[in-house]
Amino acid sequence: MKIPISWLKEYVDIDLPIPELAHRITMAGIEVGEITVTGEWKNCYVGEVLTSRRHPNADRLILCTVDIGREQFEVVCGAPNVEEGQKVAFAKPGASILNYHTGATETLQSARIRGVTSNGMICSEFELGLGEEHSSILILNNNAPTGIPLYEYLGDQILELEVTPNRPDCLSVLGVAHEVAALTNVPIHEPLMSYQEKGEPIDNLACVEIDVPSLCDRYTASLISGVKVGPSPRWLRDKLSKMDMRSINNVVDITNYVMLEMGQPLHAFDFRTLPNGKIIIRQARPGEKLITLDGEDRKLDPPMLVIADSNGAVALAGIIGGDPTQITEDTTDILIESANFNYASIRHTASDLKISTEASLRFEKGLRPELAELGLRRATRLIQQVAGGTVAKGIIDIFPGKVNSNTTVTLSSKRLRKVLGVSLPMDRVKRVLASLGFSYQRKKRGVIQVTTPYWRSDISLEDDLIEEIARIVGYDNIPAIPLDTPIPHGQPQPIRELRECIRDALVTCGLQEVITYPLTSLEVANRTVLGEEMLRPLKITNPMSRQQEYLRTSLIPSLLGTLETNRRHYDASIRIFEVGRVYILREGTLPYERETAAGLLAGSTISGKEHPFLDFYHVKGVVETALTSVGIRPTFKQERDSTLDEHRSARVVVGKVVVGILGEVRDTILNDLDVEDRPVSVFSLDIEKLLDVLPSTGHKFRQIIRFPSAIRDISILLDTNVLSATVDGIILRHKLVVRTLLFDIYTGENIPQKKRSLSYRIYFQSPDRTLETEEVNSAFQEIIESLGNEAKVILRD
Amino acid sequence: MTSTTLLQEINQVRDEALSELEAEESQGKLHGLEAWRIAYLGRRGKLTSLLKRLADLSLEERRSAGALANQVKGLLLNKLSEVQGRLKEQPPIESPVPFDFTLPGQPINIGRLHPTTQMVREICKAFVSMGFKVVEGPEVEWDRYNFQMLNIPQDHPARDMWDTLWIDYKDEQGRYPMLLRTHTSPMQARVMEQTQPPVRVLVPGKCYRYEATDATHEWHFFQVEGLVVDEGVSFANLKATLYEFIQLIFGSERRVRFRCDYFPFVEPGVEMAMDCFFCDGKGCRVCKQSGWIEIMGAGMVHPKVLKGVGYDPFKYTGFAFGMGIERMSMLKHGIDDVRLFYGNDLRFLEQF
Repeated sequence: MKIPISWLKEYVDIDLPIPELAHRITMAGIEVGEITVTGEWKNCYVGEVLTSRRHPNADRLILCTVDIGREQFEVVCGAPNVEEGQKVAFAKPGASILNYHTGATETLQSARIRGVTSNGMICSEFELGLGEEHSSILILNNNAPTGIPLYEYLGDQILELEVTPNRPDCLSVLGVAHEVAALTNVPIHEPLMSYQEKGEPIDNLACVEIDVPSLCDRYTASLISGVKVGPSPRWLRDKLSKMDMRSINNVVDITNYVMLEMGQPLHAFDFRTLPNGKIIIRQARPGEKLITLDGEDRKLDPPMLVIADSNGAVALAGIIGGDPTQITEDTTDILIESANFNYASIRHTASDLKISTEASLRFEKGLRPELAELGLRRATRLIQQVAGGTVAKGIIDIFPGKVNSNTTVTLSSKRLRKVLGVSLPMDRVKRVLASLGFSYQRKKRGVIQVTTPYWRSDISLEDDLIEEIARIVGYDNIPAIPLDTPIPHGQPQPIRELRECIRDALVTCGLQEVITYPLTSLEVANRTVLGEEMLRPLKITNPMSRQQEYLRTSLIPSLLGTLETNRRHYDASIRIFEVGRVYILREGTLPYERETAAGLLAGSTISGKEHPFLDFYHVKGVVETALTSVGIRPTFKQERDSTLDEHRSARVVVGKVVVGILGEVRDTILNDLDVEDRPVSVFSLDIEKLLDVLPSTGHKFRQIIRFPSAIRDISILLDTNVLSATVDGIILRHKLVVRTLLFDIYTGENIPQKKRSLSYRIYFQSPDRTLETEEVNSAFQEIIESLGNEAKVILRD
Repeated sequence: MTSTTLLQEINQVRDEALSELEAEESQGKLHGLEAWRIAYLGRRGKLTSLLKRLADLSLEERRSAGALANQVKGLLLNKLSEVQGRLKEQPPIESPVPFDFTLPGQPINIGRLHPTTQMVREICKAFVSMGFKVVEGPEVEWDRYNFQMLNIPQDHPARDMWDTLWIDYKDEQGRYPMLLRTHTSPMQARVMEQTQPPVRVLVPGKCYRYEATDATHEWHFFQVEGLVVDEGVSFANLKATLYEFIQLIFGSERRVRFRCDYFPFVEPGVEMAMDCFFCDGKGCRVCKQSGWIEIMGAGMVHPKVLKGVGYDPFKYTGFAFGMGIERMSMLKHGIDDVRLFYGNDLRFLEQF
């Protein structure tokens, strides 16, 4: 909302520097953004045309002498409307002037025009950047003081206010003036609203009916006959232009002016176009048509609220007028509407029809019905002033909302103290309320009954008044007192604790955390389906783009995407993880938001040699290490998954619970991506499942065995289809074995086809004694036998 | 044994030690000197062993032999340090292959947390130190919690403050009741519905808005919400708590400013700003010449919100606050574009 200081000054005196005023308004709740200065106009003054005569060498040029007090200038003027005695905007040489022909700002210099020297210029609106008029000069008011800088007379500063939705009163100059009055402690001059009613009683001429009183709290109207519709006077056009509003004609301009001044939207109908002078406020009929003022042919439906005559809708209530009943140059009689419509209804209709007007913006926020009558009277007075005519006696005033309108709130000093944490003297409180336009009555000691002023629609509770007091006193003037209430009991959320531990564990494993968007396209969501079933993702009904239309059911596609974008500029190995939620649809209720940890490894390893690329075993190592570090011992089972390589993938199992999967992504999926990495290894863990299998006892200390261990190494030859886990299991089964270490895997030279060699180191140890050599040797023999019998293992030398 | 023999032996040891020291010096090895020191002056060294025998002598003999022994010990120590000094001055002996200590160290692969996670943790830590408990809630929410219970009924003008992404699911009235939460505030209602006062919780989490992205706007972002409710919690407490937080995160020299602002679920409403630490409040690009940086919205919990969850608004009062995580992180690290956070360029992430 733009608020010109010049206009504000019509209601309040402003002695403060403008930046200080802006600061106070900001601190009290309405943020002032920019302060725009219009017209710096250096070297421009209010001048008086002392003499004017024809240019000796040119018929259409005039020679003028302009007085600016201390000096007089002889200038050549081409405008037809210059006359002796006029007050004008005079630019001395050196002034910056907008050139109509070039459109550029130029520095004015003395020039010889047809043999006569012109020392300056009498300016048009255009040349000063004030408007479009360029062929005639700008004529100032006769009382303009000659010789003062033009800026002091015509210049302005405009505050750009960011008005919060609760303060529609500040969408008006008067509303902001009330705020300024309270903040600077000065009185306010309310605008004049009186006029003479010389016409017939309005009830004899016009009639209004409200069909849906629940949607129209108040409808007031006045009637002026014999108006002369025409261009608006300069002051009116100026004001509208400062607020970025186009001038239409004097009648329409006044309705807009009053809206900007008081915040009450109004509408003027050409009264002659309304059959029998009758209008009805009702809901639209299904499919009803209306051509609105913006030229759109609109199809209306219930429950949209319309203003109608006997033929049909003539206006969209509170939003925009209709074309057939608008004010034209031929209009002579006008009906002025000033009403109060239900905010929700206006909001709904405006959003359904995708139309937003100055009127709808104000009505949507909820206005006071009291404002309707005041706006009507102000507009009637001003229209009569600028367009003439005779005002009918009385006004139409239907006020169904009157019964509900409660404008008093009780305020106690006890509550004030409770909420703010500090006592304020009641006298101070009363002064603040009075400065804001509230009136009050003492109820009892420390309690007052407060009546809200007509422009405030946001005050209905005691705490609303407390905010009023606090913001005018100044938040910074309320002390800061540390909390002294007891700290509540409460347990941490275990899922959160575990999730953060896993995050740290993955960082410890050398992975970089990423956070990616949870919205994706259906195509990407379906590209990688983890687990057995395909999940139907939740859909956004108003997505910003097709790429962000569905909530993800897996983190893997996001990680693949991150790999792809980084590969454009990042050639080192990539190790990333994300801890986030996936969203599993549940019919009729909120989705299940599953806490998930997933990671991706791609590129070459640091050590090279045996595993030159980050593969299945690396991702398995990460999962093993991370889970072990949070106290979970995973095992791995074979996995068949459409995303992962048939062989080089596994399920992560704890006890009997599947907690996740890992493996190398299938080439068919990688081929769709712009990456050359092969393989790309991923994992995904369900954190809630991990919580289920997390040992409830927490981490328990194990005794360190104090007796020495004995070591035997064994190299065995076995079929390639025998899993190392089987061998491991057989060895570990022996009661003297505490640990095995697989230290070599070998295929190739000297090894038969479909065989491989595994070398293990076996650690024998007892918790209560030192083992004898013979004991160890026989245990070793028993293991070799079991391996031979159960896994068809041959001992190598 | 007589003192004469002991005196002779001391002198012998001295001569022997001095000639061996000379030999060690010609070898030029410092560790040879150490062996020499142990051999003569160590706990079981030759001179030390002689000294132990002093106990067998008469008092007078002990005096003369002891004096000699100490004199010899001092002499040997002096000689040793002279030789050590000479040896140290000599240039180091060149190894056959030049050693390049400037070669890079063995690479160690390290991981890092995302800057958002780091900031969330830092903020949580600050509030946990003030007795707050961290809880989380759903990202897909009901309109009821995201708006209605926060004093934002259907068609409320303030709904425009939150452009919403709606889930494709209609209820019986044909409305969309499910959405991606636009703020963490729905957890205010959820927490209060589930627990009785006193309440002191902190809620970090993801939020979503229907919004075009630019350098300062993201449609996907993190917030941290705080809520304190009890008997006797006041606006003055709100100010002290948030001031303490700012000092914990940005340092004790920061100043804060509270101004009136509007959020439907608080009354009075607050916006808290901190003096700009880039320019110390003088005005710069970061604070848009204002000298102040907006940090968060806050306020006293609206009586209608308390009533809606079944609390007695005459008995209990409380305050709530909420802030954007990325903004805090951007301020802390001088990041100028919020889009970097979830673009996941590793060249960005590896800086934290």
